[in-house]
Amino acid sequence: MSEPVTSIRRPVRLEYDFTAGRAMSRFLLGLAEGRILGQGCPECARVYLPPRGTCPTCGVPAEEEVEVSPRGTVTTFCVVNIPSQVLVVPVPYVCANILLDGADVPIFHLIQECPIEEVRMGLRVEAVWVPAGELKATFESIRHFRPSDEPDAAYDSYREHL
Amino acid sequence: MAERCAVIGVGQTKHAAKRGDVSMPGLVREAAARALEDAGLTWRGIDAVVIGKAPDMFEGVMMPELFLADALGAVGKPIMRVHTAGSVGGSTALVAAYLVQAGVHERVLTVAFEKQSESNAMWALTISVPFQPPVVAGAGGYFAPHIRAYIRRSEAPAHVGMLVAVKDRLNALRNPYAHLRLPDISLEQVAASPMLWDPIRYLEACPSSDGACAMVLTNGDGAKRSPGAPAWVWGTAMRSEPVIAYGRDQVNPRAGRECAADLYGQAGITNPRREIDVAALYVPFSWYAPMWLENLGFAEEGRGWKLVEDGVTAIDGDLPVNPSGGVLSSNPIGASGMLRFAEAALQVQGRAGEHQVDGARVALGHAYGGGSQFFAMWIVGSEKP
Amino acid sequence: MREVAIVSFAQAPSVRRETERNEVEMLTPVIAEAIERSAISRKEIGFTISGSSDYLAGQPFSFVTALDAVGAWPPIRESHVEMDGAWALYEAWVRLQIGDVDSALVYAFGKSSPGDLGEVLALQLDPYYLAPLWPDPVSLAALQARALLESTGYTERDMAEVAARSRRDAQSNPNAQVASDFSVDDLLAEPYLVSPLRKHDCPPVSDSAAAVVLAAGDLARRVCERPAWVRGIDHRIDPHYPGVRNLAESPSAALAAREAGVGDAPVDVAEVHAPFSHQELILRDALGLDGRTAINPSGGALAANPVMAAGLIRIGEAARRIMEGNARRAVAHATSGPCLQQNLVCVLEGD
Repeated sequence: MSEPVTSIRRPVRLEYDFTAGRAMSRFLLGLAEGRILGQGCPECARVYLPPRGTCPTCGVPAEEEVEVSPRGTVTTFCVVNIPSQVLVVPVPYVCANILLDGADVPIFHLIQECPIEEVRMGLRVEAVWVPAGELKATFESIRHFRPSDEPDAAYDSYREHL
Repeated sequence: MAERCAVIGVGQTKHAAKRGDVSMPGLVREAAARALEDAGLTWRGIDAVVIGKAPDMFEGVMMPELFLADALGAVGKPIMRVHTAGSVGGSTALVAAYLVQAGVHERVLTVAFEKQSESNAMWALTISVPFQPPVVAGAGGYFAPHIRAYIRRSEAPAHVGMLVAVKDRLNALRNPYAHLRLPDISLEQVAASPMLWDPIRYLEACPSSDGACAMVLTNGDGAKRSPGAPAWVWGTAMRSEPVIAYGRDQVNPRAGRECAADLYGQAGITNPRREIDVAALYVPFSWYAPMWLENLGFAEEGRGWKLVEDGVTAIDGDLPVNPSGGVLSSNPIGASGMLRFAEAALQVQGRAGEHQVDGARVALGHAYGGGSQFFAMWIVGSEKP
Repeated sequence: MREVAIVSFAQAPSVRRETERNEVEMLTPVIAEAIERSAISRKEIGFTISGSSDYLAGQPFSFVTALDAVGAWPPIRESHVEMDGAWALYEAWVRLQIGDVDSALVYAFGKSSPGDLGEVLALQLDPYYLAPLWPDPVSLAALQARALLESTGYTERDMAEVAARSRRDAQSNPNAQVASDFSVDDLLAEPYLVSPLRKHDCPPVSDSAAAVVLAAGDLARRVCERPAWVRGIDHRIDPHYPGVRNLAESPSAALAAREAGVGDAPVDVAEVHAPFSHQELILRDALGLDGRTAINPSGGALAANPVMAAGLIRIGEAARRIMEGNARRAVAHATSGPCLQQNLVCVLEGD
């Protein structure tokens, strides 16, 4: 009597051509120029990043382009100890929510170039770009963020963005 | 005018990292057949089926309800498929309840499942879309920063997360269906477990499970004919908010607060801490227990951790939370929400076995999903509303 | 049952490949238009529900970002089905029966172009017995067409007549993707794609999005001059395996039609979701439609078939005829799964 068959292998490979969309396309073209472009909502005036073309709170087109600063504040973060399948960064590494100056919602990115123990809520950071000649219309144009040697932001200045 | 709705059958599978002994149809049938038996019904007695699960990529089958229709006795009947991320098990039960409350059907079978071992779940969640941010850190990496924000905001002592992790695993020892069985679990063991996504330790995180849950819901007439005491639905509510929005509070989400307020209003509950006897909360990472206790109004903002620390949420406490061991002990994602709803029903039916809370008459079932943005809840009671 | 009506409908023109806008960007103007036409403000909508597929979009949780197009703040009552938007509309209709909310927004996005649709839809099949063979939807439909031709009096000419009429009617539909004026003889002179199907028997690959607003009772009367009342709605499913059912018939569509009351009175217009020409022949019989009913004046799925939205668009098109005063009683149908496995039927009436 043979062993029962408990599973079959069926490799599936599907390829998709994703559409970046108009909003993301403008954002990525901004990165190729070393600029971070958000979008402002005509109703609530909040600046969203990365832009989606709509204001998620008002549900209206938000197409006004607003350049935000490459500097910001770590609102909160975590230390990842599990190697990522898609990200080539040695563990442990820090993922943080970063509120860029001029934006109203934080983005999620890596904090590098500083000891992990020194990452804290309120830490001021700045974007580290790839060399100017290598800037492209991809997220990878920003390598990571690093401390900007400014004094920490006060808790009250970012608590409503947690 | 809405019909009354009651749970008259509950069934679930044994949850495990890999249920290699059953196919997907076998898994859903195991739960569904138990729910039917519990309700004293056969497949023929069911008017419609509502099935839910999380992303199709977990099993590698697009809209699997199409091929599962045969196994679920749905041929010739209406079958619907719900997908609302992690809250889906709860949302699925709510859609089934709507069918009864709307007077469309008398007896509805609702099923939720996940068979994550069929595919590579980690892969399914980390498909790299070329123009999306490159930082992918898994579910834990998403939620860990919000836990840190909670700890900072509430000034909760660091051991609270560990207390929850131990309590739920000890509760799971009373639940024969639970996936994780860790009889030696202790604070020391949790503290010594690897820090996966600081501040989340390995033993403070949920496992990944294969499993299914099913319930039979019916109206007032159907409940009269049911063999056992039904669990009556006193209120149902769902709320969603966007992923990114100015003013979103991911520690204490507004959608959760408003969902609970709607629910309590329907159930006539003014003081949840006093009037709810047991709560089945969706806690995939231990720190979410105090966070949800606040979000749901069981504690003031910033004080949820005190209920944990004071033992209020223990199985013999004043407000037992997750006596079955919860998501921290079994996590078939798509079914996890329905398991909370089903646990609430079992408790008020007095049929939760070894993890029964004495005298439970009113219970809350809770599920959440996405980036703490989708909420589904119900309150069930032993008395007719 | 509580009286519920469709009070507005909007859709994006179907195109073969929308390269500029992503799903959310396609959806945003459509939702805005449906809401504006409904004369119910965004914040007053009582329930929101969508239909879409992660495999179609190629991303898990693809419906989550679509919430951005809704403006879900303050938080809303919202749900999602991994089904065609027609089933989302069904859930909304059920939700409105309970009586505590009076209006609902239903939307669907179907961008079929990112992946290879044939490969994607093959993943809908039983993963143990069928999917490993990668049967594509055209081949499965051809099996069905063959079964129909061999077991009934229908001919390839009947199929070509469906195709010719659909594409001709599509010429007056600004949202249609494929519109042309060919004679049946011209079509029959074309080579087979997968015998007995020719190219014209098959649907185009389409990108689109659609939204509908439902309202109950007095609210519907207040906001809409000619509400399209949902007089009956039902959906049923057949067995999955093509080998265990008679592919020449659609018992689930027939049952849903009976439950929805299609045969209770004459039908002026029917929008039938038949992606393949022979499927319209099967569905006409299942729904009991005869020559007195105008079928698919929009051109139907042969003119545009945005997967996950095409069924909702059938309901919207049928409702539009009533809202515009061009029909009194209309039937809409949606299908899902291989070879018409699952079917929904909706009967709409004007006052």
